Amino acid sequence: MRFIFLLLLSFSVINAQSQAINKQIMSTGKDVFSLYCLACHQEDGTGVPNLNPPLVKTSYVLGDKKKLIGIVLNGFQEKVEINGEFYSNVMAPHDFLTDIEVASVLTYIRNSFGNKASAVTAAEVKIARKAINN
Amino acid sequence: MKKNSIALLIGLFAFFHLSAQVSIKMPEGFTYSIFADSLGRARHLVVSEKGDVFVKLEKLKNGNGIYQLKDQNGDGVADSYKGFGNYTGTGIGINNGFLYASSDEGVYRYKMTNNEVDDVNAAEKVVTGLVNKNQHASKSITFDKQGNIYVNIGAPSNACQVQDRRKGSPGMMPCPILDSAGGIWKFKNDVPLQSYNNGTKYATGLRNVVGLDWNKEVNDLYVMQHGRDMLFQFYPDLFTQQEGAVNPAEEMFRLKQGSDAGWPYCYFDNGKKQKLLNPEYGGDRNKIDICADKTKSIIQFPGHMAPNALLFYTGTMFPAKYKNGAFIAFHGSWNRSPEPQEGYFLVFVPFKDGMPSGDWEIFADGFAGDKKQPGAATYRPTGLAQGPDGSLYVSDDQKGRIWKISYNK
Ligand code: HEC
Repeated sequence: MRFIFLLLLSFSVINAQSQAINKQIMSTGKDVFSLYCLACHQEDGTGVPNLNPPLVKTSYVLGDKKKLIGIVLNGFQEKVEINGEFYSNVMAPHDFLTDIEVASVLTYIRNSFGNKASAVTAAEVKIARKAINN
Repeated sequence: MKKNSIALLIGLFAFFHLSAQVSIKMPEGFTYSIFADSLGRARHLVVSEKGDVFVKLEKLKNGNGIYQLKDQNGDGVADSYKGFGNYTGTGIGINNGFLYASSDEGVYRYKMTNNEVDDVNAAEKVVTGLVNKNQHASKSITFDKQGNIYVNIGAPSNACQVQDRRKGSPGMMPCPILDSAGGIWKFKNDVPLQSYNNGTKYATGLRNVVGLDWNKEVNDLYVMQHGRDMLFQFYPDLFTQQEGAVNPAEEMFRLKQGSDAGWPYCYFDNGKKQKLLNPEYGGDRNKIDICADKTKSIIQFPGHMAPNALLFYTGTMFPAKYKNGAFIAFHGSWNRSPEPQEGYFLVFVPFKDGMPSGDWEIFADGFAGDKKQPGAATYRPTGLAQGPDGSLYVSDDQKGRIWKISYNK
């Protein structure tokens, strides 16, 4: 009985969290994802074994936002382990995306495919972009 | 007691569920056994005259990059696994009394006596220092009858853009990558430490080849090219999403010394049925330009299916139509998303006098299980080899399963 109560409680907490993410931003984020990211990382974010990494609960997606914004703006081509595997494809820079587009797509991936993390704002992208350009 | 029966039920369900997922469909008369399992990223494989399988791994398993698998009681299932070679790679082959295996930078060989490796710790480096920049890094190998080894060096690039895979970045002219990659290099099979300076660029203009085979009937090298990615994503004005899924063709080339298959300047358009200029070089789906002079492929397949192995069948176990024909293992697509993925099967192409003599057909399907998707696929066909009795071996690099396919009259 107490178990069911706890279960219900945790559902409502999760629910409250996802409601905190703006629907409009999620929908813009999904559009940006479909156009620029889906081909490699796949519709459900599971990626392609050995080639393109998953976006499901990786330390990059859920971790430091500045670093995450940098991956999208600068691209990513380092031989690094992601959830225990290496990936051989090349991710090109996506610096042509606007601050709002970058913020939306990152908010989208941080709250899709089973991920849960805070939103990324356009202001945060703007600051990160400035730091890169300087 | 009750708990046990529930566990049993779950176990039975899991068993039937799993076995249902992976049943391989083949033409009437063909059967298969699961020869080996759980080798991890099993890439190419070769079978010795005695029937032992040697398989190359792209990720070390218990510190080993090569496994020798023996079926001592002849029931179609390996009963002994022996690992050696502490490097990862894709290519493997037996030639002139040696076992050859590749890393992503070169090729090693081991002396064999009576079909056994003399000393698994005595690897001799035959080829070294080849381009390895992660992308398209695997080195596949095959041999002619004149003491030469042919090695694929894949281009670390999609279409030789100034900035790889960046929308709008132009193609470099000429493409500097072709100096040291994007082709097949030829080396002696017995000279140590060869590299670019003493090898020959046998054929160029090939983006990435994983499946290749020397056709002993006509004495020519045949290769399967992995065509470029991102036509729809980069050129939505030229390609619809559906056209981007089926283009460009995956192509088979019959190569001669000096052949130029056209990458990165050209691609084969499955809609226009022609080799055309790539959009990074000014192509508009009509311009042919320099592509008119490039080596033409001898058969084309739908896009992105990723041909990872090619084998000309020389056995007598299979029905006559298979003799000297080509089997191709298609690893399965990813660059069709969100359109449905394709491949994840074995194809057969009938051949006569070294040229395709009929349409390609799916020979074996079902490897992916419920989902033909790169991550969710249960298995992805990667390597092919022929046994001394004419049976066909297939490897998978998703989990490391090996199937042995036989024909019963
Ligand atoms: C051409 C294929 C490609 C495209 C398009 C692409 N990526 Fe990537 N992405 C990669 C590869 C390959 C890596 C890993 C590179 C490495 O290991 O060095 C990567 C890494 C990442 C990572 C960090 C690793 C991880 O798995 O968490 C994130 C986050 C990411 N990409 C997000 C995106 C987003 C968002 C977009 C769209 C704006 C995008 N990618 C577009 C191929 C691509």
